[in-house]
Order: sequence, then structure tokens, then C-alpha cells
Amino acid sequence: MINSKKMYPLYFLLPAGIIYSVFFLLPTGMSFFYSMTWWTLDDWEFIGFDNFIQFFQEPSLRIGFRNTLIFAFTTMGGKVIIGLLLAVFLCSKIRNKNFLRSVVFFPVLLSTIAVGITFKTMMHPTTGLINTALAKIGITGPNWLGDPSIALLSVAMTDIWKGVGIATVIFIAGIMAIPNHYYEALKIDGGNAFQGFWHVTLPLSRPALNTVIILALIGGLRTFDLVWAMTGGGPGFSTDLLASIVYKQYAGGFYGLATAGNVLLFLFVGLIAFPIFKFLNRKEVDL
Amino acid sequence: MSKVKSKRFGLLISIFVICMILAGCGAEESGASSGSGGDDTLTMLVSETADTPGFRAVVEKIEDELGIKTKVEKRPGGPEGENIVKTRLATGDMADLVLFNSGSLLMALDPGKHFVDLKGEPFMDKVMDSYKEVVSKDGQIFGIPAKSSQVGGWLYNKKVYKELGLSVPKTWDELMANNEKIKAAGKTAVIGTYGETWTSQLPILADFYNVQAEVPSFAEEYTAGKAKYASTPEALRGFERIQEISEKGYMNDDYNVASYNQGMKMLAEGTGVHYPMLTQVLPLIAENHGELVNDIGVFPQPSDDPEVNGLTAWMPDAIMINKESKNVEKAKKWLEYYISDEALEVYTSKEKAIGPFVLKGVELPEDSYPAVKEMTPYFESGNVAPALEFVSPIKGPNLPQICTSIGSGTMKAEKAAKMYDEDVEKQAKQLGLDW
Repeated sequence: MINSKKMYPLYFLLPAGIIYSVFFLLPTGMSFFYSMTWWTLDDWEFIGFDNFIQFFQEPSLRIGFRNTLIFAFTTMGGKVIIGLLLAVFLCSKIRNKNFLRSVVFFPVLLSTIAVGITFKTMMHPTTGLINTALAKIGITGPNWLGDPSIALLSVAMTDIWKGVGIATVIFIAGIMAIPNHYYEALKIDGGNAFQGFWHVTLPLSRPALNTVIILALIGGLRTFDLVWAMTGGGPGFSTDLLASIVYKQYAGGFYGLATAGNVLLFLFVGLIAFPIFKFLNRKEVDL
Repeated sequence: MSKVKSKRFGLLISIFVICMILAGCGAEESGASSGSGGDDTLTMLVSETADTPGFRAVVEKIEDELGIKTKVEKRPGGPEGENIVKTRLATGDMADLVLFNSGSLLMALDPGKHFVDLKGEPFMDKVMDSYKEVVSKDGQIFGIPAKSSQVGGWLYNKKVYKELGLSVPKTWDELMANNEKIKAAGKTAVIGTYGETWTSQLPILADFYNVQAEVPSFAEEYTAGKAKYASTPEALRGFERIQEISEKGYMNDDYNVASYNQGMKMLAEGTGVHYPMLTQVLPLIAENHGELVNDIGVFPQPSDDPEVNGLTAWMPDAIMINKESKNVEKAKKWLEYYISDEALEVYTSKEKAIGPFVLKGVELPEDSYPAVKEMTPYFESGNVAPALEFVSPIKGPNLPQICTSIGSGTMKAEKAAKMYDEDVEKQAKQLGLDW
């Protein structure tokens, strides 16, 4: 007879373990080391925390923390609110439900760079589709990506458009999982549709809500491709996110500084996402 | 939605996601597999702006004459392109031939480690010493000029100048007065194309003739870490000029997002009248807008003093051989032919020079662009100075963004100058200079 406890010996873990160590643990450990060096790829010199200090001192680097926070929370908020409303709408009794669900999900399938370039063209202040359309109804549209005060929000708007499909799908799954008898009970008590949403749908799709919040937040904190395709961090430094700053430091040849930025990004995401994750999970209700 | 259906929906999503991930990996792999080609093929990495009709014609000629095929890969210009070059050098994935900036940007690549020393090659005798200086480090010489030299200044539309009765300004104030008149006539006075950030730097880079005329020791002290932009009023002027242009509203409405191509179109068609730019844009205007290139002229960025008026010159990009290439000998033949008289003849038959050549015994042809002819008096009287990046190994990588910050009104000149000084210091440290 086979002892069930000995069925899978530990060395079965080796292949996966080696791959994980070589491609994840080792680079992570190395990045912590190199973030504390002056590094030219061929040569390095240990300089302690100078790179980190520089990251907080230089205005062009510091601005990344603020922008990243604004971007992450705006896109998260947009995705949660719009996603939830769309999900409720798409779970109601409407025609062509499946078609509409596909339409909402479609932007998720597109390449981020393609979306970025498309919106960049559409947001052109004089020849872009958006402002041309606005001009038709007599509104002078703003310079979406050229005006430093709104450029970041324009990029966030595009990110919401692109990412809201995922949020909607998760919400739909959450809403579908709510047993029908809650709604029947509500009906018997004479509750209206809004009360149904507020007292049944919202609290009971809590797990879905938490998932969306965490996914959207982490995604927003690490965003790089969209902002790079749309503005390249400009005009000036007004749409620079941590990830794009790290990339630019790397492109400028400041390898140690770029690595330090990556370590900071890692800690930053952890410090924001982990407590929120903890907090949200404590508040979950059982069905 | 029934259970079966929702399962199918989920399955569909997973398949899509997996496909997307696989597609991503596939693309990366095919992008990376570009080492050296076949036996008689050389690979070459060039910037988009360098891929001109003249260059193409020489490449074809080399294939006919030497039987060496050249597989040309294009990369973007500016910081993004530099990044591609640096990454491919660091990972040992570089093409056989590399076309890259000469001067400070080349020095930042650690050329001694990556490129073949051409010092002993007989064909290098043809290259002028002034050019050798900007492609040399520690006594080694790394490249040949990819085209003629050029200047950075104010390109202007002569037709509009005539219409409005304007004359070429000798001082900054005269230039601003011209701008005012052009604006009043309903045209764009100064074309801004911050959609490609590198184009925003011209008003400061082209100001260097004025800086060195007024503070002759600036380049040397700047390299030594003693002179700073923020504390040298003459150098700070460059940043202030960008601020002034922007504050007076002389630029096109979409200057924050407009592209290089849109900029040249505006200039050629006369909807925009001034474009602070390098003369490398001329062949592109000729290619895209034909005869209109004859309406384009150029004048130096004027200083505040009418006595100080000269052009800031740019040395051509260099073509270098990757040290790890398996075809070094073939590549040397390629270089030798590229600067031969026959190759030059083919080059100039397709594309006119954008400034004097840096090859010995090669004169500017008679049928040059009018703008280039306009440059000749400055060269003949010696009122030309190389741009700062050719007399100092240090250029801060954030300059384009700093310039767009001033231009878009989020930063003032003084703050920008301080920020650039910090950027330069960072670069000096990265280069291992003792500051």
C-alpha cells in the first residue's frame, strides 16, 4: 500500500522552485543590492542609500509619487463606480444582454499601446475626433493631453475606458452569485429597485467589489504602457508616473537609481495595497 | 445567463487571455533575434531621422559594388532611441553597424568597450580632425560621419517674410518684434512640436554660439562642474527665451502635442513662419513637400547684442562598428566605401547637403538648398561654434522634458536651470567624473 503522505516527495517541487528562484527570487534580491550602488552594468560601487535619498529629493522624481497616487485612485474609483453600474444594468432584464456584455468587455482585449495611440490621436486639440465632435455642438474642447493640469486625468479616463470591462465582468459574476430569494424577500417587504441595489446587491457583492478595488489599485499603481504611449510623461513632467520615471532613469543610463526606483515602487505598491486588502477582507459578509 | 453559458463565457475569456500572453511572448522573441545576418549581409541600426533617400541610395550602391547587403533596422530618435541602443549594447544584441550621435551622447555609451577602434585605418585620413575629435575617447577613434554637418537655428519661411515685409533679425528683440507682426497677421510665429520632446530643446541648444561668445570659458568650466546654467546669466538666457516664446503665445495651439512632421508641414506651407530646428529637416521637407523647400531659409538664434551673431553647428551622427560583430572586416570595407567619392556622388544625387561636409576635399555643391547657401557666409567668416554637446562630454538626459515644462508653462526658467544643473551633475557622476 502507498502511504498517502509520501505520495509527492519534496523534490517534485524542485523544477518549479528552481525556475521561481532563478527568475524571481534572485533578480528581486539582486535589485535590492544594486539599488544601493552606483552601477554602469559593468561596474558598481556601493553607495548606501544615496539613490533612495535622491529619489525623494529631486522634484522630477518626487512628482511620480503624487501622480501615481492620483492616477491609481482615480482609475480605481472610476472602474468601481462605472463597472458596478454597468454590471447592474447588464444583469437586469434587457434585450441583447450577451451582445452588450461583449461590447463592454471588448476594450480589455485591445493592446494598451494601440489604445494609447488611438486616444492620443482622438484627443488632439484641433484635429482630434473628440474636439471636432464637441465643436459641432458648439463646445470648445480642452487640450486633453497638452494642458498640464488635465493631462493626467485624460490618461486616467482612457485607462478607465480600457479597464472597466474587467471590473464589470467581476461584478456580474458577483451579482449572479447572489441567491434569488434575497430579492424575493425584498419584493415581499415592498422594497423598490434602489433599495434592492443598496441593501442586497451592494453588500452581497462585496467579495467582487474587494477584488475589483485591489486589482484596479495595483494595476493603477504600476501603470506604464498607457501613459508612455499617450504622453511619454509630458508635457514636462506632468503625467510622469513612478513606472515611467523608473524607465526614464534607466533610459538615461542611471541604472542604480532606476533600480532604487523599482524597489521603491515595489514597497509603495505593497504599503498601499496590503493594508487595504486586509481592511477590505475584514469587512466581507458571508452569503 | 445560464450556468453553462457563464462557464463558456469564462472559458472564452481565459482563452483570450492566454492567447494574448502567448502573442506577447512571441513578439518579444522575434524582436530579439536580430544578431548578425548571413555571410554577405551586415545588420545596421539607425535612427529614424537618419534613414533618408541619400543614405538609402548609398546602401544600395554598396550592395552593387561590394556585394554586401545591409539590413537596416530603424529605431526612434531621442531618449527612447538612446535607451534601445544602450540596452542592445548591454545585452550583446547589437547590429554590426551602429549609427548614433557623436559628441556627448556617444561618450555616455562607453565607446571604447563597444566599438571598434578605427584609428589605424587608412580611410580615416579623409575625415577632418574636427570631426575625429567628437568621435574619440582615450585616443581611440570610433566612427565616420554619416552625412554632412548641420546647424541648429531658426528656420523661417522666406515667402511669408516677403509678404509681411520682414527682415532677418540680428537681435533677440528684433526677432520678437517679427513674431509679434506674424502673430498679428494670423499666422503661427513659432512652431512648437513637443509631441516629439527632443524638438523642444533647440532654442537653448542653438543659443550656445551666443553663450560661448560672451563667456568663452563656459564649456570648460561646465565640464569641470564649476559653471552652472542657473548661475551663468548668459547660459540661463536660453531657458528664458523658451519661456518668453511660450508666455507671449507665439506657438501653434497644439504645440504641446504636435509632431515633427506636422512642424515641417506648417513651415513648408507657411502657416507657421519660424521653426527653431536643425537643418536636418530640409531633406525631409524636400521629400514630402517638394519645391516648397526653396522657400525655407535659416538664420542664427539672435543674441541680445547685434555684434554677436553666429551659427551653432552640429557634427553629423557617426557610423560605428560593433566590437562583437562577426563581420568586422566586411564592416570596415563598408565604412571605407561609405565615405568614398563615388558614394558621396550617389548620396548628393539623391539628397543635398544640410551643411558643410566634414570630409577633406569635399566642397558644398552649387545646387545646395537656399537655406544651406544662407549659412555659407557665417562659415566663411568663422562665425560658427560647435554645440555644447560636442565640446563637453556631459549632457543631462532630462533636458527635453525640462524644456517642455517651461514651454507648457509649468516651470519658470530659473527653476528649470537649477533642475538641469542637477540633472547634469547626476550624469557627470554616472560617467564617473570627479565632481
